[in-house]
Amino acid sequence: MLALWEAVVRVAAIPPYILPGPILVAKTLVTDWPTLAPALLVTLDVTLQALLAAVVVGVALAVLFSLSRWIELSLFPYAIILQVTPIVAIAPLIIAWVDDVRVSLLICAWLVAFFPILSNTVLGLRSVDRNLLDLFQLYGAGRWRTLVDLRLPAALPYFLGGLRISGGLALIGAVVAEFVAGSGGRESGLAWRILESGYQLKIPRMFAALVLISAAGIAIYLVLSWLSHLLLRRWHESALGGEG
Amino acid sequence: MNLVRVRDVSKIFANGVQALEGASLDIEAGEFLSVLGPSGCGKSTLLRLVAGLETPSAGAIEWPSGRSSGRPDLGFVFQEPTLMPWATALGNVVLPLKLRGVTRSEREARAVEALGHVGLAGFEKSYPRELSGGMKMRVSIARALVTAPKLLLMDEPFAALDEITRRRLNTDLLELWQRTRFTAVFVTHSVFESVFLSQRIAVMSARPARVLSELAVPAAYPRTEAFGTSAEYAALCRTTSARLAEAMEKTSC
Repeated sequence: MLALWEAVVRVAAIPPYILPGPILVAKTLVTDWPTLAPALLVTLDVTLQALLAAVVVGVALAVLFSLSRWIELSLFPYAIILQVTPIVAIAPLIIAWVDDVRVSLLICAWLVAFFPILSNTVLGLRSVDRNLLDLFQLYGAGRWRTLVDLRLPAALPYFLGGLRISGGLALIGAVVAEFVAGSGGRESGLAWRILESGYQLKIPRMFAALVLISAAGIAIYLVLSWLSHLLLRRWHESALGGEG
Repeated sequence: MNLVRVRDVSKIFANGVQALEGASLDIEAGEFLSVLGPSGCGKSTLLRLVAGLETPSAGAIEWPSGRSSGRPDLGFVFQEPTLMPWATALGNVVLPLKLRGVTRSEREARAVEALGHVGLAGFEKSYPRELSGGMKMRVSIARALVTAPKLLLMDEPFAALDEITRRRLNTDLLELWQRTRFTAVFVTHSVFESVFLSQRIAVMSARPARVLSELAVPAAYPRTEAFGTSAEYAALCRTTSARLAEAMEKTSC
C-alpha cells in the first residue's frame, strides 16, 4: 500500500502540497517532532481525561439507573438527546459558554464518550442470571451486596465493550472540539496543528499530524482490548479464543 | 415431626397463569421426598414457595419447629448449575457464607470441606468453564450444603445431564444424605429417579397443580446400583408410573 502510494506520487509527479508521499510524511514526522509531540500530548491528555470522566459518570449513572426505575425513566431521555445531537453542532455553544478552552474541550470529548459506557453498563447490570438473583435473595443479600457481588461482575464484559467504543469516541470528540475551538498558542493539540498546516500549505505536516491521530486511536484501542482481555481471560467467552 | 406444612396453597401469577390450586403437602424432618409430575406443572413453583422466593396467593406454608419469623436454613439447587462464571469453584461455594457474614477463614475452610463432600477436592481453584456439566452440578450442591441447612430443595437438578453422570450423582447424593441427614425435597419428572432416591413420592397433577397422591417407597438404604436393577425396584417403578398416569388422566395438560 505504502509502496504503491509512494510510486504513484513519484510517477505522476504530484507536488507535495497536494499529496505528499509516505517517505516525506515520515521525514516530516521526525523533523517536526518538536512541534507535533507537545500537540499529541495535549490531545491525548484531553482524550484520556474525558474518557476517565466518561467512565466515572457513565458507571455511576448506570448503577443509579439499575437501582431505581424512576431515575432511569426521568434521566435516560436526556442521555439519548446528548448522544444523538451532533457534537459539531453543540461544540461552539459549549465553547462560548465555558471560558476555559481546555474545560470546554473536555466537556465535548466527554459528551461523545460517555453514552456507550452508560448504555452498555445498564444493559450489563440487567443481564444477570435470574436464578443467581434468587440465590442472593434466598441468602438475604441486600441491594448493595447484590450490586457489588453479582450485578457489577456480571456487567463487566458489557462495560469493557462500551469502554473500547468510548476510547475511540473520546479521541474523535477531542479532535472535533479542537477544530471548532480553533485555539492557537502553546496549549494546542493535533487538530490545531492540522488546521495551521492547512493554512500554511504545509501539507506533509498535516499528514504527519493525521498519522499521529490514527496511531493514538489505534494505541487506545489496543490498550483497552488488552485490559479487557486481562480482566476477562479466566472466565468470559469473549476472551477464551486462541489459548490451549 | 413435620418440618414444613404446605396448606391448601394456590398460586396465580401476575400474568394470570394459575400454577397451583389447593396444594397440600407435609414434609417430614429428615426424610427424602420426591415431588413427581409432568414438566411445567407447577412443581418448581411449589419449591419456590417453600423457599420463600414466591408468596402464595392463598393458603399457607408453616414451619412448626422454626422461628416465627423467617425460615430455617435451607439450600436450593436449581435446574442449571447457576454458578457465577467469574468466581472459582471455591468462590462460588463460599457465597452463602459470605452473604451471611461468616469470616473469611472460616467460610473458606467450610467451603473446602463441602467441595470435598461432593467429590471435588482439588478443584477449588477451577473456574466453572473448566468443569464438566456434572462437576458444575456438584459445585452447585456443595454451595447449597455449605451452610449445613436443615432442608435441601432441588429443582430437577440432574435433568440436563447425561444418563451416566445422572446415575453417579444420584448415588452420591444419597450417600451425602445418609451421612448428613438433611431433609431433601427433590423435584423431578422421572419416575425412575424418584423411586431410586426417595422414601416418599408426592405425585402432582398437571397445571393448575395439586398433590394428587403420596406413596411410600419402602426399600431400604443404602441403595446402590444393584437396587436399580432389582425386581423390587421394577415393581415400585410400575406402581409409581400407574399413579402418575392416574394423575394425568384426572387433569388435562
